Amino acid sequence: MTQAFRLENGGLINRDKKLSFKFNGKTYYGYEGDTLASALIANGVHLVGRSFKYHRPRGFFGAGVDEPYAIVQLYRNNETEPNIKATEQELFEGLEAKSVNCWPSVNFDIGAINNFLKIFLPAGFYYKTFMWPKSFWYRVYEPFIRKAAGLGVASTKHDKERYEHKYEYCDLLIAGSGPSGLASAYAAAKNGARIILAEDKPRFGGSLLTSDVNIGNQSGEDWANSIIAELKEMPNVVVKNRSQVFGYYDHNMLVMSEKVSDHLPKTKKYHPKQRLWYIRAKEVLISSGSIERPLVFGNNDTPGVMLSSAAKEYLKVYGVLVGKNPLVFTNNDSGYETAIEFKKNGINPIILDSRVNPQSEIINEAINLGIKIKFSYVVVAAQGYKKVNSADIAKISDNKKQLGTVENIKCDCICVSGFWTPTIHLASQSGNKTKFKEEIDAFVPGTSKQNETTLGAANGIFTLEETLKDSFTAGQDLSKKITNNDNKISFPNVVEKKSSQHDKFWCVPLPEGKNYKRFLDFQNDVSVSDIEIALKEGYRSIEHVKRYTTLGMATDQGKTSNLNGLQLVSEIENKVVPAVGHTTFRPPYTPISIGAIVGREVGKHSKPTRKSPMHSWHEKNNAIFVDAGVWLRPRYYKQGNETLFEASKREAKNVRTNVGVCDVTTLGKIDIKGPDAAELLNRVYTNAWLKLPVGKARYGVMLREDGIVMDDGTTTRISENHYHMTTTTAQAANVLSHLEYYLQLVWPELNVNVVSTTEQWAGAAIAGPKSRKLLEKLFPNNDVSNEGLPFMGYLESDLFGVKARIFRISFSGELAYEVNVESDNGNFMWEKIIKLGQEFQVQPYGTEALSTLRIEMGHVAGSELDGRTIPYDTSLDGLVSKKKDFIGKRSLNREAFISEDRQKIVGVVPLDKKTSIPEGSHLVKDAKAPLPNKKLGHISASCWSVEHDNPFSLAILKDGKNMIGEKLFVMSPLKNKVIPVEIVSSHYVDPKGERVRS
Amino acid sequence: MLHIKCPYCGMRSQNEFSYGGDASVKRPELNKEISDQEWDSFVYNRKSLRGKHLELWQHLSGCRQWIKVERDTATHEIFNTHKADEEIS
Ligand SMILES: [Zn+2]
Repeated sequence: MTQAFRLENGGLINRDKKLSFKFNGKTYYGYEGDTLASALIANGVHLVGRSFKYHRPRGFFGAGVDEPYAIVQLYRNNETEPNIKATEQELFEGLEAKSVNCWPSVNFDIGAINNFLKIFLPAGFYYKTFMWPKSFWYRVYEPFIRKAAGLGVASTKHDKERYEHKYEYCDLLIAGSGPSGLASAYAAAKNGARIILAEDKPRFGGSLLTSDVNIGNQSGEDWANSIIAELKEMPNVVVKNRSQVFGYYDHNMLVMSEKVSDHLPKTKKYHPKQRLWYIRAKEVLISSGSIERPLVFGNNDTPGVMLSSAAKEYLKVYGVLVGKNPLVFTNNDSGYETAIEFKKNGINPIILDSRVNPQSEIINEAINLGIKIKFSYVVVAAQGYKKVNSADIAKISDNKKQLGTVENIKCDCICVSGFWTPTIHLASQSGNKTKFKEEIDAFVPGTSKQNETTLGAANGIFTLEETLKDSFTAGQDLSKKITNNDNKISFPNVVEKKSSQHDKFWCVPLPEGKNYKRFLDFQNDVSVSDIEIALKEGYRSIEHVKRYTTLGMATDQGKTSNLNGLQLVSEIENKVVPAVGHTTFRPPYTPISIGAIVGREVGKHSKPTRKSPMHSWHEKNNAIFVDAGVWLRPRYYKQGNETLFEASKREAKNVRTNVGVCDVTTLGKIDIKGPDAAELLNRVYTNAWLKLPVGKARYGVMLREDGIVMDDGTTTRISENHYHMTTTTAQAANVLSHLEYYLQLVWPELNVNVVSTTEQWAGAAIAGPKSRKLLEKLFPNNDVSNEGLPFMGYLESDLFGVKARIFRISFSGELAYEVNVESDNGNFMWEKIIKLGQEFQVQPYGTEALSTLRIEMGHVAGSELDGRTIPYDTSLDGLVSKKKDFIGKRSLNREAFISEDRQKIVGVVPLDKKTSIPEGSHLVKDAKAPLPNKKLGHISASCWSVEHDNPFSLAILKDGKNMIGEKLFVMSPLKNKVIPVEIVSSHYVDPKGERVRS
Repeated sequence: MLHIKCPYCGMRSQNEFSYGGDASVKRPELNKEISDQEWDSFVYNRKSLRGKHLELWQHLSGCRQWIKVERDTATHEIFNTHKADEEIS
């Protein structure tokens, strides 16, 4: 394939490096430095997709971030990505892309039938049509829309690319490297300020790359290159291309997306694909430039109709002609610059200028070059289906209401310029209340809201000299405030052509008898008539019009459509534009990939993995792990072909008959010290703590202020003013914050310090009738008899040279102990227990057996302390002191909490003693009652009782106190089960608690 | 993301802090007889102010101190931050 629309020379591309690429299966060639768009246009390809609603043929409209149409599905290194703008995607060897939103192909698209059914698809058609009948939505409408619409297909594969996040601080963040960005960066850098200069395109310089200007006796492009070269050498400056500052958040936090590798065939080793920068800047300079506005006329969405600035950029940057027979349609001088570039390259454009008789330097130059210009002329409609082949043009009356005779002239592209819209998104996101500037018919930033300053075209300043002056000054002044340096920079001599006033005209009236579609929003297919309908139907607020018509929505964010839409509303409503107001700009300015947002927080990196010091032992001994918060805990230790059920039964049984050992390192541990420690505990826990002797542990329950149980655990008095608190694994962090809250804010007079020691201690629970025998082997020098170490006793000892703490506490209901050693000695302790326990048939047990043991004992845990239960509900009311006050006590008097038939924990056994009861099931009186069947309670935890060898569950049941012995039904609609059950005491094993004291 | 000045650690990013609600709420004294209304208003009733608000934050991933922050709930502007025991005029 020849690049028939590529100029012999010129442009900033590297003609020494030819690249091949595929579009819709066909191979083409381009050059290094091309975008996919410029390379396609060089090959004469203008049909790239179909429009969103009507499936009309779509070409290119812009040359960068402003592009509303040319969105493709990209294939790179065996991955695919939707929603890629062909105008932003740099060409690389082997690139593949396909059109989206067309089926079966871009040339023959079934959805285009919508175009002929347009009566079916006016503004609000989704709301009107598809709301009725309701049942049709899922079966008929939605599948149809899904098939026909959309902007590409997301990959369902795991994304193997790496995305990074970076946090950065700087004095000045400068968004955009056009003339204002470069000048302000240069001035600020010379004052020693720490600067980040961001440019979304691969090349720095912005408009300087395409405009015919002279700065300090250099061309604009050369000046830009020399400034960038100098900035890159300065240690206080970070210069980033391919980097879009897309969001301005609170407290001068801006987020920038850097496309590190998207322009390469493959991401280099150790490089990320993209990097998201969170930048906290002291000052922000917004030099984001402006976007050319379209002119609105019939069929103005036909491929070949594009912005005149884009045509100029394709010419000057890429050496590509968007057409060989161009028509330029303009209401200002910018169109002339494009025409002049065509002319300089041997192409003869025709200019249609809507203005009556404008005069300026640029117009004179065009006249002198012999360019054909028709004043007071407009394009009425573009002709051609898949590409412009001619234009209907006409003279227009001075009041812009009447068209003269329509004539048809041949052309292969129509370059439009409806003047310029400042890119105010970042300023607006900052909170800046923008203001309408009459001279340019557009909004510009108002008073700074955060520390943002908007410069140059983004601020509605369209002359280079003024832009540079403002920007040098801003860079200098803002940096001086920060660094106190004051380096004066001499202002360069600027040569630019003077422009004349633009025409306020922007929308060509329809000729008699024609009903052309005139598009405002090219991405969402919103036309003039859609807005008219919305207003006719009573929509007034611009925010409502936007949502009803989809004007300015989706990835485009109204970059090219916003102002024309507002102008139309203001015309119809007979209001001025500022009275209509504009819709809110929200980040991101351009679409950001999900990968970049997620960064490295994927898979195992999404959260830390906490492992106990004995983890490697568990691994070696066939532990199957379970997530407990961020902890990994052994769920069971698999022997042979055992299932979870079999293994947990074996492990639990062994605790009841012999002795088991469980890793309880994950329990939260808080060290509490200070003369008022006992007083703190007394206020935090519901029971009394002032008289706990040294060397004794006590079980405690703590409430929230609303009376709901927050957590439970044992706390041991280590010495006079020193306590060791344990919490549940899940609540460890919350309990620490809770204690800190009361100590720092509520009772600062208490002299107490708290600190987490969860990770300082490795813990092993040794439980079972033979546990004392094992303990005797572990601590031969201690008296661990029932007298020497009674229930709830505490000993400090020595485990073969290692400092150890022994607590006689039990979670399993058996005679049990908990041994703590410093974490580094955890494995040593564990191996000693296993070794010395051999003769007592010791076995490790996991969380599943642990649950079984506590459930059949009726010991409450997280599934009962679920944020909805008070002490009474969980039979912990015996621990509620009547005498003293504590956190949450006053709430326990609430009417609902003292009601006679209050819910209470009970045990549940299936009548057949066989059927397991699903957790979460409901308890009902009558299984056959009509729905809604009144729920009496729910199953909080289920196990297979190893003591009784039948299923057993705990439940929170209304009036549970009086329900013992009742027959009810358990219903689980999810599992489609109805099980007749009997309500029993929650203490299914050793109800008198004799074993723990034995 | 907010930038909060911890009185102990200096300017830190919001993600190091956890929010603690209205700082003007005073817990009733222990062992004091109070009405149901008083207790309810302490436990449940909070104003959802638009504008300047004195609130608690804990510097969770830092010095772990609870601090008081004067913040505008509408604009997120932070006027001042204080140590827990500082008198605020
Ligand atoms: Zn701090």
